[in-house]
Amino acid sequence: MQQNHKPISTADRADMSTDDVIRFEDVNKWFGTFHVLQNISLSVKSGEKIVICGPSGSGKSTVIRCVNQLETHQMGRILVNGREVHEDMKGLEQVRAEIGMVFQSFNLYPHLSVVENLTLAQIWVHKRPRKEAEERAHHFLKRVHIEEQARKFPGQLSGGQQQRVAIARALCANPQIMLFDEPTSALDPEMIKEVLDVMVELAEDGMTMVCVTHEMAFARKVANRVIFMDQGQIVEEASPEEFFNAPKTDRARLFLSQVLQH
Amino acid sequence: MTDRMLSATADHPDANAVIRERAGILPPAPAQGRLPPRTHSGPVDWIHRNLFPDWRQGLLTIVVLYLLYLSMPGLYNWAIGNATWVGDRADCVANGGACWAFVNARWGQFMYGFYPVAERWRVDLTFALLIVSVAPMLFPAIPGKRWFLAFSLLVYPVIAFFLLYGGVLGLPVVETARWGGFMLTLVVAISGMVGSLPLGILLALGRRSKMTVIRLFCTTFIELFRAVPLITVLFMASVMLPLFMPQGFTLDKLLRALIGVALFNGALMAEVIRGGLQAIPRGQYEAATAAGMGYWRMMIFVILPQALRIVIPGIVNTYVAIIKDTTLVLIIGLFDLLGIVQAGIADSNWLSASVTKTGYVFAGMGFWVLCFGLSRYSMYLERRLNTGHNT
Repeated sequence: MQQNHKPISTADRADMSTDDVIRFEDVNKWFGTFHVLQNISLSVKSGEKIVICGPSGSGKSTVIRCVNQLETHQMGRILVNGREVHEDMKGLEQVRAEIGMVFQSFNLYPHLSVVENLTLAQIWVHKRPRKEAEERAHHFLKRVHIEEQARKFPGQLSGGQQQRVAIARALCANPQIMLFDEPTSALDPEMIKEVLDVMVELAEDGMTMVCVTHEMAFARKVANRVIFMDQGQIVEEASPEEFFNAPKTDRARLFLSQVLQH
Repeated sequence: MTDRMLSATADHPDANAVIRERAGILPPAPAQGRLPPRTHSGPVDWIHRNLFPDWRQGLLTIVVLYLLYLSMPGLYNWAIGNATWVGDRADCVANGGACWAFVNARWGQFMYGFYPVAERWRVDLTFALLIVSVAPMLFPAIPGKRWFLAFSLLVYPVIAFFLLYGGVLGLPVVETARWGGFMLTLVVAISGMVGSLPLGILLALGRRSKMTVIRLFCTTFIELFRAVPLITVLFMASVMLPLFMPQGFTLDKLLRALIGVALFNGALMAEVIRGGLQAIPRGQYEAATAAGMGYWRMMIFVILPQALRIVIPGIVNTYVAIIKDTTLVLIIGLFDLLGIVQAGIADSNWLSASVTKTGYVFAGMGFWVLCFGLSRYSMYLERRLNTGHNT
């Protein structure tokens, strides 16, 4: 499947800029014969907030799902904290455990209460004592303004509340990087803001964030860089001011006109 | 989609107050409004609503009442009115009703088979111990389930075996050939249930495995056992298996039957559980994987608890079938409840039409009580495990 499984030598380490927490080098991926990622190269520095946008089917979700190898790439290299990640690397679980991920459809564990959702990975992956895990869970629930729901089950919460629980769950792992895969796309309009507010607070605290989102107002406010993708390629990469005020390509202009006209 | 989301935030530039309120306690309690419409109650009203809501259903009610009038007196007379509670065959034949005297006289044998009378306390103790160790797990209020579970699965079977079989602590050995009746039914059914569930889980996981050898093995196993009748499996276990054993190595006949029952029902269970596994959304696997859980942790803590909950009706269905299929051990010369009743009926001291009917009704009631109890418990369990995510 993968052609580029070179073990990381010291030489490889030396030529990397040290503060890239995520680095894609010519990454290619196919779904069957569909070339979903074409020569993707990008790097994310510690503390950076990246927003990836683009029309549906452009491969933007696939990019962030490759970071923790929920999807596997077939060519090129992906480095997380200087370690190359690939399908059958040793310690992939460890790498995943250090990356928080928030999904479009929340993906809370429906059979567990909110607080159990937050403690499960802490206890069984991070090996924290139950009491400490619960304290941590309550700390992060408070941070996403939802502490009073701790004993409820996900099915009893609104969409916005569920997504905030999902963010708290990811934070409990003490991640260095947070990935957001369209976190507000499944929410009712009046719940989008409560989730975005939490994400803005998180950004203000200096978290490294990679967000796939259609929320252009959020991108403007928070992003250090906006990456625009179309048909499996990175078409534009620019600061939000540049991207929104003076997009360089026709495709980006078309996309922005469609997204912003309402 | 995109446009809608954008416009949504744009339209609500600062709905902070509302949102903060929502972030707090779920929607505020409804303000004092009108009371709900009065519901009727009382027996007269119940009869009106359920039995005679309109002329068609009223007619049906009358027809059903008439059918009950035709059948119930006969049943009552047979089971109670003309029944013989004490006596012998002559009394039963004279009275014409059910011959409970027969059941009464054979009670010990129906319960324990040919287990020696002096040792029957061991059977009682075994099942009393089972109830003590399992009952606490059935009810949520009792703490320490983990320890009861560990005891029931790891320690209890050993104790049960030595209590029933003997050979230790001065307990005389009771060969399994002497076990029988309701006790044997329970032994076969319970070990079938306990064996088939973990086996079914492993087979179901194996059948969905990415590892080709494991997948092929599990698929072959399931399809092989699922496609033959249990009676064939039992017969094979009883007659054919010893031929493959090394010489001088014998496996107890009952044990072979237990293994056969567990393997057969494990294959059935695997397909039930596979259905549950397929119903779990991909997002659950992804969330667990992204959190850094490996395969087993993901399965044990995230996937299986949900999958098993979904298939509780299917599992109970298989369990009910296991209980009823225990009657098939008769084919390899073991006497379960039905087998021992049948043997009793044929006794020349009792042989009569009345005794035959009574025997079968009694055996049927024994199975019905077990299966119905199980079914009610599963309904209770489903309600209790419902966390509201699919309502």
